Amino acid sequence: MATEHAEQALTPSSYITHHLTFNAQPVGDGSFWMLNYDSLVMSVLLGVVVMGLIWWVARSATSGVPTKGQAFVELIFGFVDEQVKNIFHGNRHSFIAPTALTVFLWVLAMNAMDFLPVDVMHHFVYAPLGLEHWRSVPTSDINTTFALALAVWFLMIYFSIKVKGLGGWIHELFCAPFGSPSFAMPKSIGGAIGLILSPLLFVANFAFNLIEYISKPLSHSLRLFGNMYAGEVIFLLIGLWAATGVTGTIFGAILGAGWSIFHILIVALQAFIFMMLTVVYLAMAHESH
Amino acid sequence: MNINFTLIAQAIAFAVLIWFTVKFVWPPLLTAIETRQKEIADGLAAAQEGKSALDVAAKKSAATLNEAKQKASEIIGQAEKRGSQIVEEAKGNAKAEGDRILAGAKAEIDQEVNRAKEGLRAQVSALAIAGAEKILRKEIDGKAHSEMLANLAAEL
Repeated sequence: MATEHAEQALTPSSYITHHLTFNAQPVGDGSFWMLNYDSLVMSVLLGVVVMGLIWWVARSATSGVPTKGQAFVELIFGFVDEQVKNIFHGNRHSFIAPTALTVFLWVLAMNAMDFLPVDVMHHFVYAPLGLEHWRSVPTSDINTTFALALAVWFLMIYFSIKVKGLGGWIHELFCAPFGSPSFAMPKSIGGAIGLILSPLLFVANFAFNLIEYISKPLSHSLRLFGNMYAGEVIFLLIGLWAATGVTGTIFGAILGAGWSIFHILIVALQAFIFMMLTVVYLAMAHESH
Repeated sequence: MNINFTLIAQAIAFAVLIWFTVKFVWPPLLTAIETRQKEIADGLAAAQEGKSALDVAAKKSAATLNEAKQKASEIIGQAEKRGSQIVEEAKGNAKAEGDRILAGAKAEIDQEVNRAKEGLRAQVSALAIAGAEKILRKEIDGKAHSEMLANLAAEL
């Protein structure tokens, strides 16, 4: 641990709190106007590195015999393109497929920062740079995952309106999924009661759609955030055990290695799920009901 | 873990990354892959075409070969016919020539025989005259009897 912590009593809660505190700096008045520099710097850096690498390969992409680098990039390209093709049946190349590629690679890279050993990174990289708090995993910041989910949410509404028109979108808000009331002349008493009650369908439809529109970005962002945050916390707990003595260190190392290996699956899986949900939501926005 | 301005900053970063990928990353990769797919498809189609062309050419060459064989045997047949014809002709000519030579030889022989006969006739008559002269020298008039002997000789 860093030396400044040696002065205070190093308790398990202070250790965990220290590793879960963002490098937040105020950019204005009020609690909202804070900026988590660690999340922003790490995510932008990773975005630039990952997409820059892909771009560097794509720039000199040849239709002839590909280089090994191009073959690798094409493997990823083909994987993402195949997934999008199965879900979205429109012109995917103009927007949705490249978006899916961005989401997949960026989230994968951000998730993969979880493999950096927190204490080693802090001791040898962040503390020497004068950074008291620095969190390496941008996706364990709810702001990052929610920003992504919210961006997808806005895209969803944008495509809904673009495909169906503003009127079509509003019609769908009130008339789907349970259907719209019929205003034909009633032929029986039951029909008359139905006619009186049928405007309730508008309410039911709208309530259903409202819940869907609220739950989509929440589940989308919280799933990723929860997985990555939990992964980080488990690394910290293993780190705590490692601090208890020689036995703890040995078991901590074994468990840490085990959790790291299992976490590779979670990192890749969560990135994949996030991409798939992005594609599914955007594809659903293109469908008319 | 409270929501703060980071949300907006990350959303902007996300938007920029999407824009970058849509604009600069996806199109060249798509173009490269689709061009390659088209090239491979074209290549396969060309190979198929070449294969069928080869089949057609093989059939054509077999037909041409057959035709040539047929023609060759026809020519050989004609040549054989013509050859035997020539031989027949030559045989005929040779026979005619032989006959002609034979006839000439025969005529010559007849001529020779006649000439020899003439000579002999003359000699026989001379001998007969000479013998008769010796026998009859004393009693026969040579002049009157030579005419009679000449007539006798002409009868030979």
